[in-house]
Amino acid sequence: MRQELDSDLGIKIGLEVHCQITSLRTKLFCSCPSNYRDYEPNSVICEICMGLPGSLPRLNAKVIESALKIALALNCEIPPVTNFFRKNYFYPDTPKNFQITQYDKAGGVPIAHNGFLDSWQGRVRIRRIQIEEDPGKLSYDGNIVTSPYALVDYNRAGIALTEIVTEPDLKNPRHAREFLFKLRSILEHIGVSDGSLEGAIRADANISLAGGKRVEIKNVSSFKEVDRALNFEITRQKRLPGGVMETRHWDEVRRVTVTLRVKEEEEGYRYFPEPDLSPVTVSRDLIDRLKAIMPELPDQRRARFVNEFKVSDEVAKIITSEKAMADFFEEVILLQYSPKIIGGWLAVDIPGYLKRRGLDFKEIGINPSHLAELAKELADGKINDNVAKSILMKILPVGESPRKYLEIENEMDEPSLREIVTRVFARNSGAVEEARHDPRVIDFLIGQGMKETRGRADHALLRKLISEKLSQESRSNQPKP
Amino acid sequence: MFDEIRNKVALNAYITVSKDQARVQAEKADPKRDARLTSVAIAVKDNISTAGIRTTCGSKLLEDYVPTYDAGVVSQIVDEGAIVVGKTNMDEFGMGSSTEFSAFGPTRNPYDESRVPGGSSGGSAAAVAAGIADVALGSDTGGSIRCPASFCGLVGLKPTYGLVSRFGLVAYGNSLEQIGPITKTVRETALLLDCITQKDPRDATSVGKGKAQYIEELDADIDGIRIGIPSDFFGPGTDGRVTKSVWKTIHALEEEGALVEETQVKSLKYSLPAYYIIAMSEASSNLARFDGLRYGLQDKKGARDWSSLFIRDRSDGFGSEVKRRIIMGTFALSAGYIDEFYLKAQRVRTIIRSEFEKLFKRFDALIGPTMPTLPFKVGEKTSDPLAMYMTDIDTVPANMAGLPAISVPCGSADSLPIGLQIMAPPFREDIIFKIGSMVEKISSWRSS
Repeated sequence: MRQELDSDLGIKIGLEVHCQITSLRTKLFCSCPSNYRDYEPNSVICEICMGLPGSLPRLNAKVIESALKIALALNCEIPPVTNFFRKNYFYPDTPKNFQITQYDKAGGVPIAHNGFLDSWQGRVRIRRIQIEEDPGKLSYDGNIVTSPYALVDYNRAGIALTEIVTEPDLKNPRHAREFLFKLRSILEHIGVSDGSLEGAIRADANISLAGGKRVEIKNVSSFKEVDRALNFEITRQKRLPGGVMETRHWDEVRRVTVTLRVKEEEEGYRYFPEPDLSPVTVSRDLIDRLKAIMPELPDQRRARFVNEFKVSDEVAKIITSEKAMADFFEEVILLQYSPKIIGGWLAVDIPGYLKRRGLDFKEIGINPSHLAELAKELADGKINDNVAKSILMKILPVGESPRKYLEIENEMDEPSLREIVTRVFARNSGAVEEARHDPRVIDFLIGQGMKETRGRADHALLRKLISEKLSQESRSNQPKP
Repeated sequence: MFDEIRNKVALNAYITVSKDQARVQAEKADPKRDARLTSVAIAVKDNISTAGIRTTCGSKLLEDYVPTYDAGVVSQIVDEGAIVVGKTNMDEFGMGSSTEFSAFGPTRNPYDESRVPGGSSGGSAAAVAAGIADVALGSDTGGSIRCPASFCGLVGLKPTYGLVSRFGLVAYGNSLEQIGPITKTVRETALLLDCITQKDPRDATSVGKGKAQYIEELDADIDGIRIGIPSDFFGPGTDGRVTKSVWKTIHALEEEGALVEETQVKSLKYSLPAYYIIAMSEASSNLARFDGLRYGLQDKKGARDWSSLFIRDRSDGFGSEVKRRIIMGTFALSAGYIDEFYLKAQRVRTIIRSEFEKLFKRFDALIGPTMPTLPFKVGEKTSDPLAMYMTDIDTVPANMAGLPAISVPCGSADSLPIGLQIMAPPFREDIIFKIGSMVEKISSWRSS
């Protein structure tokens, strides 16, 4: 239904994904440390990233390898020589009032172009990948339109970014989100960008409906927000057919987009080659060497999980959507080979828990041995599935071994369960009476028993014990002849 | 030296005299160390960054701007024992050929104070010519070292693009410019150049030089050296007295064994317009950072929003010539015009480069006048920007092609100096010094 609606509307979504190369130790053009998040505002800056008069950029050569790894993972063509351009615009977060970036016209050659990434909803073409410097960060009191002031932190200025530009091949907001998660996992697998760091991967989206103008949405802070902002825009543009070509700002608090500026043409940026940086030659040797050391990518890993561990494709897809989760999975099954149990927990129960708490997978408290221990108990039939899950929920927040909970569970053996059945019978004499004539009421008694044990009892054992007791009692209660 | 500077304050050669810093440098100097510039008093153009000494670029906008770091060349000369005595006056951001477009007032020519010293490094040249600096550093985007050297009877060299670090030079046209020496003799220029040609990792376009010492190239034999004389360098705007003096020197070189032949640089007539388009385009971007937000002149009253703050700071801070060039450069890069102007100018540049490449297969060096005229009067050309731009006609080709070029005094007319320009292939400053020292020997000019 939803799909049909989307295609009727002729939705076209393109993304510009900015990802910081967090694996670099220094900024793109100077030797300031790149872990700017650990510092007070405006404390990791120098004459170069502040653009002080007379300072010159010097390319951090390692960025080339990182960008090439991304290019290879996204099946791009890689030109033999790449160069840098200036994008001129006045804005307080840009210390030089121009950004050093790459360009694909007027003799500009970005590091890579013409790639693709296959997603469940089809192939998404990658128009180009370019290297550029991150601007500083502006903070407002409330929102950008009404704030009486803006604060600038230049710590982020000059951080190495790659911008990945897609063709408008994304069919709906959910598709955009799926693409972003997949891209993030790829970036993590090739080890260039840690998506769990705040602001490390940011997306601007552009969207048009059939017959309408293209609207760009900025300030989308997370993938969840991309989904929301795009859905808002679809609703807005449906009501306003035609519209104007413009750039809109996503207000996360009010969950609306507001006009930022009517879109200037690209040429308004007065792009021209950066005279202070020489063109960079990308040798065939370098590309071959990088290809040879290319790590396993999420799609390959997912296929391996299905073949090797016999988990379902859906489970494998979810687990490999985040490198940390996939790594965790492999560590656990190394300790306890129960891929299906562990896969289920990692694909369903743990993400559910993290979502409820608003946590990232990396903030999970437990370590692989904890999960292995729990899986072993379940695999050995010492506890049932429900018990295992309830223990899982207990150990997740504190990050402890399940041992102490397992010990309590082990006390829930047959003799203790018999006592519980006796207690249930005493409290529910009416139901016990009915159960003798109507077997369906037995389920009610089992339910009471489960409640008493807070779900920890083995269901089958409980049924067996209740049935036994019922038949025993009916025998003893039979009227004397 | 500082007393003499005070006595000659009317020249307006310095924007800032760094007496206190100079004393500290002099005390730190180790006389036993093997340094090549020990106790040499050096004047530094005010667009070259000096840590702790304000660097204004001749602009009101940077009136109180004090750099936190030294330019690459400043570190190198201080390391050689030189003492920075002050920062010299200049056309604002290097945009001018007379040192009249300075927020700190015009500099005067020591040979005739009613005349300009040339520009934009006019303060550096006036200081050396007046003896209130031993040597000086200037910068040359389209002739800004050679023009004032010529007008003040000095030697001034624009090195090959990439030979000298630009780190710390406040950019005007960054694909064109180099820092270089302005001195009384070719020997001093060679020595100072030897001291500033270390490859600087902070400038990605810096190549530096090998072990060769330019100072060893002086007084060499020029017998058999092939010199081309492009007739285009003696265009219709050239003063007859300049032509006469330059040719006289060329004939003298011939007598010393040089093989002289007249030739042509056909692309010369396109060189000046293309140069101004490129320089102004780059300038419009390079000067964008001066918005008053992080440093420099800022309207203390504050503004309603950032764009009105930027507009106010830039309107108040920049002089009219700078505004003219920013506006023209912005236009040349704009949508719909970039093909017609900036990109076309770059194509012209490629043509100029290849024409010089071809010429240097036939010649070891090219010679002509540095400036088409003698030093003009203060105020003579300030209201006619095109006439001012035209004075750069002979100097800009070297910047367009990245070639080394020197101005050496070759004579005088009415007690005003005349300069001769020698150009050589990239990184062949040795040829320039060889011929330059001979010109110095045979010419009638003696700097006072």
